[in-house]
Amino acid sequence: MGTQTLSSAIPGGGFLLQASAPEDTFTPENFNDEQRMIIDMCNEFLNKDVIPHLIELDAKKEGLMQSLLDEAGKLGLLGAAFPEQYGGLGKDFVTATIINECLGGGHSFAVAMAAHNGIGSLPILYFGTQEQKDKFIPKLAAGEMKGAYALTEPGSGSDALAAKTTAKLSEDGKSWVLNGQKIWITNAGFADVFTVFAKVDGKDFSAFIVERNTPGLSFGEEEHKMGIKGSSTRQLFFENCAIPKENLLGEIGRGHVIAFNILNIGRLKLAAAATGGAKLALKTTINYAKTREQFKVPIASFGAVQHKLAEMAIKIFASESALYRTADWIEKKEQELKSTGHDNAVLGAAEEYAIECAMLKVLGSENLDFVVDEGVQVHGGNGFSDEYNISRAYRDSRINRIFEGTNEINRLLVIDMYLKRAMKGRLNIMAPAMAIQKELMSIPDFDTDDAPFAAELKVIANFKKAILMCAGAAAQKLMMQLEYEQEILMNLADMLIDTFQAESILIRAMKMQAAGNENAAIAADIARTFIFDAGDRINIAGKNAINAFADGDEQRMMLMGVKRFSKVAAYNTKEARRRIAAKLVEKGHYPF
Amino acid sequence: MKILVCICPVPDTTTKVAFSDNNTHFNTQGVTFIINPYDEWYSLVRALELKEAGVATAVHLVTVGKADAEPVIRKALALGGDEAIRIDTDSNDTYAVAAQIAEYAKTDGYDLVLCGKESIDYNNGTVGAMVAELLDMNYLGFAAKIDIAGGTATVTREIEGGEETDACSLPLVISCQKGVAEARIPNMRGIMAARTKPLKVVAPAAVDTVSTIVGYELPPAKTGVKMISADNMDELVNLLHTEAKVI
Repeated sequence: MGTQTLSSAIPGGGFLLQASAPEDTFTPENFNDEQRMIIDMCNEFLNKDVIPHLIELDAKKEGLMQSLLDEAGKLGLLGAAFPEQYGGLGKDFVTATIINECLGGGHSFAVAMAAHNGIGSLPILYFGTQEQKDKFIPKLAAGEMKGAYALTEPGSGSDALAAKTTAKLSEDGKSWVLNGQKIWITNAGFADVFTVFAKVDGKDFSAFIVERNTPGLSFGEEEHKMGIKGSSTRQLFFENCAIPKENLLGEIGRGHVIAFNILNIGRLKLAAAATGGAKLALKTTINYAKTREQFKVPIASFGAVQHKLAEMAIKIFASESALYRTADWIEKKEQELKSTGHDNAVLGAAEEYAIECAMLKVLGSENLDFVVDEGVQVHGGNGFSDEYNISRAYRDSRINRIFEGTNEINRLLVIDMYLKRAMKGRLNIMAPAMAIQKELMSIPDFDTDDAPFAAELKVIANFKKAILMCAGAAAQKLMMQLEYEQEILMNLADMLIDTFQAESILIRAMKMQAAGNENAAIAADIARTFIFDAGDRINIAGKNAINAFADGDEQRMMLMGVKRFSKVAAYNTKEARRRIAAKLVEKGHYPF
Repeated sequence: MKILVCICPVPDTTTKVAFSDNNTHFNTQGVTFIINPYDEWYSLVRALELKEAGVATAVHLVTVGKADAEPVIRKALALGGDEAIRIDTDSNDTYAVAAQIAEYAKTDGYDLVLCGKESIDYNNGTVGAMVAELLDMNYLGFAAKIDIAGGTATVTREIEGGEETDACSLPLVISCQKGVAEARIPNMRGIMAARTKPLKVVAPAAVDTVSTIVGYELPPAKTGVKMISADNMDELVNLLHTEAKVI
């Protein structure tokens, strides 16, 4: 390690091996005027057209969801990131992320829109032939057609490639005949076009475009779900469902490329929507805490409640900082790939940062779950009542840890991708890991640097050393067996995700301080509080991993190492959280 | 027909109002400014409707304000104005604001000037009438419905217990309130176009300032509620007399 080279072009996963410079890191403080206007516009749309109808949406009022999607289409929100030649607006990746984040406060509407806009439209946009794109994309961009994505089956969820749905070329060679069943299909109740995955002749996993009115396609009843009740979810049944031969999407046997590449973007977008949802839940909770009085004072004046409010804001700040840092990396990579004539620059860029997308999916959904859970708690008994929006937020949040790849699958993927990239020489992990093992033998560095945030930067560098030490030793010791030691992989993923958040927060706080931002002091409180707690979490995860594969002297040395590398100086988090909470109460909402 | 719409930046309705300089200035630190809702929801949208219906040929927006007013003007442009003019000065004096708008309007021959019935910060509600006087135009205030045909405006106004409908020839200044139009949300294309639409900054004219604000005061803080038992009416009467001093 020790490679503190500052570079704006950090490769995917490379944050673990090199530090980012604040001036090269994108944060929400960098939004331009147009992006700020788009945020205002999305909020206006939500407050005027969506939020007042949440109860009717959850009751699945006939036609309401489609009409809201139509309205979003008229505002240009559906096709914002699609190329202009297909009726889109050609907006950049960061702007598209902003739209997803803002509309994330729309509960079931957010799910319907994200499904339409993302997995429902992108397979055709990125993998369709010219004719397929011309036929469908302009209508999807305008909202005249609604899209959906059908991958999961009763017997194949996380193991998507085990799908049983089949496609067979008809005898006359003019059509594909689909047979099988799909489950948990978002927007199924009204979508006009579906991307359906099926195995050609029962073996080659492939994708197809299926229009709603195709004979042989029928639908199950609406599912009764724990949350996102307004989102239409049905099963699809294919019974000798014949679609035109030209509706094959991409190549035969290459369906997994479509399925998995689309999911990289989907995961980042899920984190975006989760962040937007969390901000709304925090606002609702702050305002409840300010007005709800017990013992003759607002409950927001109690330290226990302030702790919760502050922690909610810290989690959101973490999600938001990591999200836009990554979105900007993808945006830059997309531009770079475009300039070299890459066919699918966005997909290529998302693949480069697939590790970060998987981490974002996990941290975004878990931070949202934390926020809504504490939101209900602050609401007390009222939070358990359907009359309060926080109970809807709580129910709606839960699915985010499950769909777009469960958080467990995503944790496994994070480490799997690191190891694969290391094996292929894309990321040099083993050499720094070896260097850390040597460093463990040496005397710790007691140098201190008085520069602002120097101590915190050193802590982050140490967190990375802890990860490299544990991951390197686990890979060395267990080799091919590591894949089957999922508990260790989970520990390593947790350490990585915590470190990714801690660094994203710290860089943002540094940047805000350098710019004299009015919220810089609060951002610094958030950074220090998060880092302080993350140190202990990383220590525990590291110890659990080490104890699972090491013994004797090696175990003792590594336990000492993880303790040294997760150490954070004493810090009064109680006072910091009080300052954060005071700002929340003053502003009445997430203040950044 | 060219329409000029007056756009006033006002503090967001959730602003926590505070004063500085010994309570002589409104403290704008940390305050978000929005388009005055009466200007945005009613006058601007009606002007856009008239253009969309082919009645008006151009919709211009005018604001009296310094550079920090520009995000507000850009939003108005995103909703659909053709071009905007920012008169580069700031004033809390209604006459000075009206005179600046009038001086500019004289240079560009407008047939119709629309403004909100009042701004939601200072609530003076007099700029429109002053602009009309200074431009020697007709004036109708508090319109709830506006139709224009053949150089004549038909304006419906709410009056006590009902409404009246007036006809008045152009050029004309009208102040607008609820009913004139339905609020719109700017769309993505509008937002993208706003960046490149002309926003002219003009130097302020030499106009008089007739009033200055010498002090602000916040309303008294709301005091707590005292609960009196229903069986204790004597105490209620006593408190209303001695503390609240209302009986």
